[in-house]
Amino acid sequence: MEAKQIIAARVAQEFKNGDFVNLGIGLPTLAVDYISKDIHINLHSENGFAGVWDKANEDNIDKDVVDAGGTNVVLQKGGIFFDSVTSFEIIRGGHLDMTVLGALEVDEEGNLANWKIPGKLLPGMGGAMDLVNGAKKVIISMVHTARGNPKILKKCTLPLTGKGVVDMIITEMGVFEFINNKLHLTQLSKGVSLEEIKALTPASYIVALKD
Amino acid sequence: MEKQIQIHQISEFLKDGMTIAIGGFMGCGNAHNIIDEILKSNVKNLTLIATDTARDGYGIGRLIDDRRITKLLASHIGTNKETQKQVIEGFIDLELVPQGTLAERIRASAAGLGGVLTQTGLGTEVQDGKEVITIDGKDYILELPIKIDLAFILAQKADEAGNLIFNGATRNFNVPMAGAAKVTIAEVEEIVKNGELDPNFIHTPFIYINHIIKA
Repeated sequence: MEAKQIIAARVAQEFKNGDFVNLGIGLPTLAVDYISKDIHINLHSENGFAGVWDKANEDNIDKDVVDAGGTNVVLQKGGIFFDSVTSFEIIRGGHLDMTVLGALEVDEEGNLANWKIPGKLLPGMGGAMDLVNGAKKVIISMVHTARGNPKILKKCTLPLTGKGVVDMIITEMGVFEFINNKLHLTQLSKGVSLEEIKALTPASYIVALKD
Repeated sequence: MEKQIQIHQISEFLKDGMTIAIGGFMGCGNAHNIIDEILKSNVKNLTLIATDTARDGYGIGRLIDDRRITKLLASHIGTNKETQKQVIEGFIDLELVPQGTLAERIRASAAGLGGVLTQTGLGTEVQDGKEVITIDGKDYILELPIKIDLAFILAQKADEAGNLIFNGATRNFNVPMAGAAKVTIAEVEEIVKNGELDPNFIHTPFIYINHIIKA
């Protein structure tokens, strides 16, 4: 499997039956393809709906329904629409079980940077600052390095999206979790050694592999 | 002026330098016909409140393309390269606002609140220059209401009084913007007689709506 597929499949293992989850655009959303058939989860789209949805086709397209990335989608039966105030009450009021977001940088204090590269990239934070402060669990899904440069750092260098907000980091190399505010390496991907992941992870962490 | 007006009357409401709000998300739920009318007018130097600027050549993005906007409060401009370009060259003065904070600052204006307290943005640039208030041992940023002169929203259906029903995901920022501005104008696909809408399923009450336009 390619890195992104490995990550998406691992993210999907975090979903539990009945979870209410917001997935960021791009890599986080790929996890939808790997949701176990034994569970049902509700997805939340910050522009104002929840449930399960599919990409629209020529026959069922409704110009009034796009996902948070602007793609035309069709909400399956059982889904619900709401306005942006309600949408962000759900996010900010602690009603989301989980959010999965991408990152430019994460650090050993649980800080996240994913909205701005000064002088280069100015997309804006969208709903990310709300999500990291409001969701019960914040999972970062990202490739381990950017052009060979590590992204799990001792300290973020880019403007922060949130301070001490990250609960878990899933990359193609392994899984890190914050336990009692300390970063722990809890899983190594197949074929990855402790030495290899250490070489690409400047952050300090405790090795505490599960099973 | 009548509650129901014609699309060409939009120009009568526009003034250089005013603050306008336009509902929608990535162009979905933008009042596209009203945007056409704004472009036909000569109005300039506008402050725009919108969660995003859609993309080049589409929806709100067209107001950016035509350089009508000189100040922008938005949560996301990543989908519109032209917006980013005009921000970098200094034509647009941009304030990026977290999306939920933007919704609440607009709602605060509609609800007559003096501000809202939120943890969103704590420890980030968003906190800079703002008051932090501690309640029950937790810190919150004080975010102030956004004052809006004119809001343009899109709904599917209105009655003659201005009660509104939305379709699909278009409620987004259209709902909180109604009532948050001195004047709110709704573009709708259909206008029915009073009493024809089921009062159980009205999304936005008429009192927030100054004018409706069938377009």
